[in-house]
Amino acid sequence: MNILNLFKVAIRAIASNKFRSFLSMLGIIIGVAAVIIMMAIGQGSKESVRANIAQMGTNVIMIRPGADSRGGVRRDPSEMQTLRQEDYEAILRDKRYVTYVSPEVTSSGQVIYGANNTSVSVYGESLDYFDIKQWAIKDGETFSEEDIRSSAKVCVVGTTVVTELFGENADPVGKTIRFKSIPFRIVGVLKSKGYNSWGMDQDNVLIAPYTTVMKRIQAQTFFSSINCSAITEELTDEAISELTSILRASHKLSGEDNFTIRSQQEMMETMSSTMDTITIILVVAAAFSLLVAGIGIMNIMLVSVTERTKEIGLRMSVGARGIDISNQFLIESVLISVTGGALGVLVGFLGTRLCLLVGFPVIIPMWSIFVSFAVCTVIGVGFGYIPASKAANLDPIEAIRYE
Amino acid sequence: MNNVTDNNDRHVVIELQNVKREFKVGDEIVHALRGISFKIYEGEFVTIMGTSGSGKSTLLNQLGCLDTPTSGEYILDGTPVRTMSKSQRARLRNRKIGFVFQNYNLLPKTTAVENVELPLMYNSKYNASQRREAAVKALQAVGLGDRLEHKSNQMSGGQMQRVAIARALVNDPAVILADEATGNLDTRTSFEMLVLFQNLHAQGRTIIFVTHNPEIAQYSSRNIMLRDGKIREDTINNNILSAADALAALPVNHDD
Ligand SMILES: Nc1ncnc2c1ncn2[C@@H]1O[C@H](COP(=O)(O)OP(=O)(O)OP(=O)(O)O)[C@@H](O)[C@H]1O
Ligand SMILES: [Mg+2]
Repeated sequence: MNILNLFKVAIRAIASNKFRSFLSMLGIIIGVAAVIIMMAIGQGSKESVRANIAQMGTNVIMIRPGADSRGGVRRDPSEMQTLRQEDYEAILRDKRYVTYVSPEVTSSGQVIYGANNTSVSVYGESLDYFDIKQWAIKDGETFSEEDIRSSAKVCVVGTTVVTELFGENADPVGKTIRFKSIPFRIVGVLKSKGYNSWGMDQDNVLIAPYTTVMKRIQAQTFFSSINCSAITEELTDEAISELTSILRASHKLSGEDNFTIRSQQEMMETMSSTMDTITIILVVAAAFSLLVAGIGIMNIMLVSVTERTKEIGLRMSVGARGIDISNQFLIESVLISVTGGALGVLVGFLGTRLCLLVGFPVIIPMWSIFVSFAVCTVIGVGFGYIPASKAANLDPIEAIRYE
Repeated sequence: MNNVTDNNDRHVVIELQNVKREFKVGDEIVHALRGISFKIYEGEFVTIMGTSGSGKSTLLNQLGCLDTPTSGEYILDGTPVRTMSKSQRARLRNRKIGFVFQNYNLLPKTTAVENVELPLMYNSKYNASQRREAAVKALQAVGLGDRLEHKSNQMSGGQMQRVAIARALVNDPAVILADEATGNLDTRTSFEMLVLFQNLHAQGRTIIFVTHNPEIAQYSSRNIMLRDGKIREDTINNNILSAADALAALPVNHDD
């Protein structure tokens, strides 16, 4: 029998048992919808994390003291003091693939203005920092090269700090606040960046010249890290190897590096692969419901074959070959599973809309729809196979006598 | 068509050579057919009779290529059947055989035309319109030209059997095989069927008709009596009665 007629026969068989067919589709519908929603949530979160990281600048490169810590080996505290002023100067002198360089010294604690106080992250940076992190100034201006040279007690603050200490929309430029009893004059206010995808408030910061933080607050001679930016995202690898050789020369190293260089891209990839793992776990869980649905289809097809034994016998007696009979039942089960799959895609789509309304970041990957259809076809064929071959192997004489 | 002819120049449709069929039931062997040989020529109307369990249905299953002999050879329209594969036999049934069953065996909730089209569905030589054309023609031939779109559950037993006969005709088979085709019908309707079969016979069709009813043998051209899996009698009927006359002579009490 040709395909078109096989489809007609299958549609008629399904239509004559609408409710039963729908029930066996239901498993597939739920399974596919679950898979699609899980994939959409996974993809959506991944994209929003990516967007956040990208917002920080995809060409950003971070240099940290100490050897690569990803092995989790405990290390000597002196190893954390390897990044120094000479290194910064060496980079400034020899850089070709790097545009901006900013040494970083961090601290945190309470800032006080009058009776108000709030805890804040303090970053000691050079002027390049504003370009590397793409911080714009809303009010006032950044501190100057001269401020860095003289370790001036000036700072730029984020909007959260302003709100906490001065109230909403106040103009704090020119006012003096205290951090660890050191007075800082506010010279500028940063434009708000909001929260990042980990829920961290990016505006709760205080940025001061690195020399000030290093000498006056931390009283140390080394940097916490050095942030750089490559000329372009594509030149990140060149920039990393350039920085490596500058630092190795500056440290006079022969053995292992005593610093670690990581690009924002790498971080993004690490992050993505973590998100991928989570997505895979979610999808596998949802896929199990598809397996159960497949077993449901097999069950209903076995019932259908038994019910239609006489019909099978008749078809055989008028010339249907085993393959014609098995195709008929295979197409029926594929039709049930693929129709269920299509409805499942629809339900999944509506489900993701609902997630969006609730505020979940969701993106349906187009391929997940194709994969769902492919999986449904495989389920239809796979779980239809046993009933179909059972039908095809019936003895026509016995089948036609079956009551 | 293969040109298999006997010495007296008649086309041989069916030839059985010492066909045996044994069934194993537990440790016991049931001999359903114990060596059957005969030839059936084109245009014969053969009735096969015998007591219950004498092997009539088993024989008909052999002739219909639904089953294969344990030993012996069966040649259908020039083609040896015994060594054929299952799907080759399916194809042979599709092209050369028309079955009529005691209980009609129509597809439920399906119209007369669609039921009759069924054998042609498994023949790729027919497209949809040719299929329908052939089915309509076959239904007209059995007098159901005005019942084409009736569903099988909207018809009487006689009408259903007519549809079944149309279905057996539609592929223009070498032989029509009927097993107790009138077994479920009342006397009057049985005669109507017999009239139909006699018409087909008159058109030159080869018919093999299994029956319990000895009366029916009088309307066929040849009668084979089976007993215990063997042929007991094989007689040519030179005085074929007309079923149409018999039907006219039946007392008309209530029409269906
Ligand atoms: N599939 C089978 N397995 C075992 N024995 C069988 C099988 N089919 C038929 N037989 C046996 O073969 C013999 C002939 O059976 P068959 O059905 O051909 O008889 P029949 O002449 O058609 O009888 P009836 O008039 O009752 O229909 C019987 O003894 C029956 O029990
Ligand atoms: Mg029988």
